[in-house]
Amino acid sequence: MTLRQMSLTGDAMSHAILPGAAIAYLLSGLSLIGLTLGGLVAGVVVAVLAGWVARSTHLKEDTSLAAFYLISLALGVLLISLKHSPVDLYHVLFGNILALDNAALWLLASIGSISLLLMAFLYRPLVIECVDPSFLRRSGRASSIAHYSFLFLMVINLVAGFHALGTLMAIGIMILPAAAARFWVKTLDGILIVAMLISFIGCYTGLLLSFYLDLPAGPAIVLSLGAVYVASLFIGLNGGLLEKRHTKRHLTG
Amino acid sequence: MSIQLNNLTLAYERHPAVHHLTATIAQGEWLAIVGPNGAGKSTLLNAMAGLTTAYEGSIEGLCPDTVAYLPQQTQLDKSFPITVFELVATGLWAELGFSKSLSRSQHKQCEDAIAAVGLQGFEHRMINTLSGGQLQRSLFARVLLQDQAVILLDEPFNAIDAKTLSDLTQVIKQWHQTERTVIMVTHDLDYVKQHCPQTLLLARECIGHGLTKDVLTGENLERAKQLSEAFDERARWCMQGAM
Repeated sequence: MTLRQMSLTGDAMSHAILPGAAIAYLLSGLSLIGLTLGGLVAGVVVAVLAGWVARSTHLKEDTSLAAFYLISLALGVLLISLKHSPVDLYHVLFGNILALDNAALWLLASIGSISLLLMAFLYRPLVIECVDPSFLRRSGRASSIAHYSFLFLMVINLVAGFHALGTLMAIGIMILPAAAARFWVKTLDGILIVAMLISFIGCYTGLLLSFYLDLPAGPAIVLSLGAVYVASLFIGLNGGLLEKRHTKRHLTG
Repeated sequence: MSIQLNNLTLAYERHPAVHHLTATIAQGEWLAIVGPNGAGKSTLLNAMAGLTTAYEGSIEGLCPDTVAYLPQQTQLDKSFPITVFELVATGLWAELGFSKSLSRSQHKQCEDAIAAVGLQGFEHRMINTLSGGQLQRSLFARVLLQDQAVILLDEPFNAIDAKTLSDLTQVIKQWHQTERTVIMVTHDLDYVKQHCPQTLLLARECIGHGLTKDVLTGENLERAKQLSEAFDERARWCMQGAM
């Protein structure tokens, strides 16, 4: 998403799944399947609506997405508050990674595996579409397959993430490691590997911190990832701020 | 197969950019499209690449799968972490699709294309370190690999130095010899007179089409210059062809 310049799109989508989850919550309480389906439906509806508005009016996709997600977010908070239970609102907004049961873990693992396989399949057209979208659009249907599958992947991963981290922070675990990785390596393969390492380390550190210091797990994880990002921003060897300031030496040719 | 433009009108918000153009471009022709700014040259190329739909008339004899197109302004994201070799290799997309890997001969093909545009040694450079001209040459190499029957080039020599210009001209000459149709938009009239056998002089309407020396006359160029660039907000509906 960072490479497709869709970080904010992802953020908007993560808010957009809230009313779906809220309606499901009103109907069925904090049930796993209910919340998942609700979030999924709301996510897909907003993604398709926003894309449709962007293509058929003069609004850019980010503006139309922002409009829809603001509506969704307000609607979602309103719906949840109908039940007068602030603890539940807190749960949906910020998740509860320590309360995941086996069924939820199975769901997350399956979504993770599906995403990995689909990513492997879509890797090439996605990369080409990121570099030069108009090129792929001229050469057949692969462009739209890649685009819509990618949106779908984004939505199912956000829904998976929201069980653990809540709708507001699910996006953090996707964006922060990728953004940090760009300060360490130049090549695409390198970025993928480093981002995976960073997210693993960040999640583990966050969980440990939350356990020993008795902090809420979701924010602890996102903050650990945030710390890695800020550190990379300064000391990263590929365009980090300190490196830029200190390397004035150059080669002869 | 020859390309036929039948009474073609292309427009932006109903203001014509190309107006009632009829022309036939034979297979294997090397055609230059020239004309002032706003004459509809890029719009016409865009339509031939299948990216713009006609307001009126039609283009026949062109299948989008058989066209390689080098646009004037690409939406290329220069900051994306990819090497010159990888960028050029995307030209093989039609052959490789989602999952096939590069064969040894295709690998060689990529290297040859990179050499043909004079970028040897740049294979592993990231594209964000390229100059404008070097990037344009990489895109030219990608067109080489696409290996299509019809090649559309929109001001391909922008930001290109003299040495590369002659390299690229050699490449186009080879396409021309192998019966590919090359259609090229340019402002360099001297280049057209020296190299391109056929010319289409466009100023929204067709001013002249045929052998370059017959088309690029002082009189024709003067007529093309008369084109008023701004759209006329109070223009009346065009009745041509409505009968």
